[in-house]
Amino acid sequence: MGIVEAILLTVITAATPLVLASIGELVTERAGVLNLGVEGMMVMGAAIAFAATQMTGSPYIGILAGIAGGGLFSLLFGFLTLTLVANQVATGLALTILGLGISGQIGEPYVGMSGTKLQPIVVPLLSDIPFLGPLLFKQDIIFYVSIALVIGVNWFLFKSRAGLKIRAIGDNHGSAHALGIHVIRTRYLAVMFGGACAGLAGAQLSLVYTPQWVENMSAGRGWIALALVVFASWRPWRVLAGGYLFGAVSISQLHAQAFGIGIPSQFLSALPYIATVVVLILISHNRRMTQINTPACLGKPFVPDR
Amino acid sequence: MRIELEKRANPSTLYSIVSPFLALALTVVAGGIMFALLGKDPGSALYSFFIEPLLDVWSLHEIAIKAAPLILIGAGLSVCYRSNNWNIGAEGQFIAGAIAGAIVPVVFHDWHSPLVLPLMLIFGIIGGALYAAIPAFLKAHMNTNEILTSLMLVYIAQLFLDWLVRGPWRSPDAYNFPVTRDFAPEAILPELIASGRANLGFALAIVAAVGLWIMMRYTLKGFEITVLGQSERAGRFAGFSSKRMIWFSMLLSGGLAGLAGIAEVSGTIGKLQPVISPGYGFTAIIVAFLGRLNPLGIIAAGLFLALTYVGGEAVQLTLSVSDKVTRVFQGLLLFFVLSCDTLIQYKIRLVFSRLGQSNEGGAH
Repeated sequence: MGIVEAILLTVITAATPLVLASIGELVTERAGVLNLGVEGMMVMGAAIAFAATQMTGSPYIGILAGIAGGGLFSLLFGFLTLTLVANQVATGLALTILGLGISGQIGEPYVGMSGTKLQPIVVPLLSDIPFLGPLLFKQDIIFYVSIALVIGVNWFLFKSRAGLKIRAIGDNHGSAHALGIHVIRTRYLAVMFGGACAGLAGAQLSLVYTPQWVENMSAGRGWIALALVVFASWRPWRVLAGGYLFGAVSISQLHAQAFGIGIPSQFLSALPYIATVVVLILISHNRRMTQINTPACLGKPFVPDR
Repeated sequence: MRIELEKRANPSTLYSIVSPFLALALTVVAGGIMFALLGKDPGSALYSFFIEPLLDVWSLHEIAIKAAPLILIGAGLSVCYRSNNWNIGAEGQFIAGAIAGAIVPVVFHDWHSPLVLPLMLIFGIIGGALYAAIPAFLKAHMNTNEILTSLMLVYIAQLFLDWLVRGPWRSPDAYNFPVTRDFAPEAILPELIASGRANLGFALAIVAAVGLWIMMRYTLKGFEITVLGQSERAGRFAGFSSKRMIWFSMLLSGGLAGLAGIAEVSGTIGKLQPVISPGYGFTAIIVAFLGRLNPLGIIAAGLFLALTYVGGEAVQLTLSVSDKVTRVFQGLLLFFVLSCDTLIQYKIRLVFSRLGQSNEGGAH
């Protein structure tokens, strides 16, 4: 395998959790809910997936546990913001703080243990294609799921009736309610989908990216995923593109360090965060573009009138 | 069973006072359950978490030390949040303040003068405010979401501090440990009273909180903050500028976080090191909400959350549970605070029958 392939492989591994967490948050935000707790749900998914894998010996059970963990954890956010109409920004922060705390407790017995790495699934025939084969068809299941999710969410949001309802709720929950769409129920489902995706993203971190448990191992990726949704102007394909762009940025620092470029490692490590800020500036600079794309009811509370 | 909300005609005064206490009670109950799940006796665990630290002088001083940054930052954030500006990067501004303030005792360590300490504090305020000016500028003039930018700047500040203390600012006589040289005695924030370590930072925090309370309650600026926060449109009709408010609230909260940073480094640690905060900037968000975004309430809330830090250390020693317990407690507390605040604006009803009730969506 050549050096280019090796680098691209690491880019894919770094991009997958970002794509997963962003595509989930994209659906949540399309339904008009701003869940800032992605970081917390992600790190919960990572801890639960690692613990379940250690207990059962099967990383696949670990993945399912991570998904379930993220989804259930997001219910807490849903209950507060949808049923009790608490402030979404503050509740999302609470979810992140709590997630970092609980995941630390769950992961405590596993600190320093070496994990079970998820094995790749080789697609017959396709994996023999030169160059692309080993890159795209000798991957673990989470990578395949991430691509399928982007395609699926794109179809679902723009081609299906249920997707239209979700977008309607996100753009005008009052009218959607008047049309008889279940605003709160749909939003609960959208929030849980976001949580499950973030949980899966976390599972990827502790089973594929670095197969071990480290406290706070999401290291701001949940926040980067939130920025990616803005960057993608709430469109699934752009999430994929953005995710890979950021994957490349975060990986480039590792390679730059390996090549011994004379920049302190801390500056290179800061690159993804700096890139996030720069990208946000570029995207939001055009005020009208942002206004057109943002779901109009994003972050606004909804109480059904009687 | 379903939960339904009914908007109150006026916010309930009763619940606006009761709700923080209700949240505290629920947190304690949930904490007891958590200790039971960990296989510890809930009664004695809660006792050593919440009561024991209040019984000896040493831990009272520790509480004051930890409350100081929480109150300083939380009070600043309350102004921000009231004006609907979501600065969540106080942790980064705390670090920026600590770095800027440390320029005097680290770079100019040969200069001895009574001016050192005041200069450090001023530099700290400026450092924090300048760091908060980045998201402020981006929000006011580039329309960029301040939540994400201020948070990203936290990671950048942490890495920058790490580089400083391992690189250019590393002490020549620390045997390669990543620390700066110890601050000279005149660069150390003096202790408040003879009985323990609590330093002037706590007094600064109280003064700042009371000052902000007076501003919010008695000045036009306070009114402007409240109006713009509740309705930007109404604020504009009154001639208030939301752009100027972004600058004002972000610089204020950043400056106070920076002051907290340099006070912590000067008063408690005495040098710079890679990690200077156990997450004060984030915990202060909880403090701000628990204090109902009221600076006086924030003094009480800051003391309480400081207690959770000290209590967390105590149970770590006595019951050998992990230090993560504190983080869980703090997260739970914010959840309960936010849920209980619903009671102020809404009546909550539990609906058991489905008869003739389809309030949320009809046919589909």
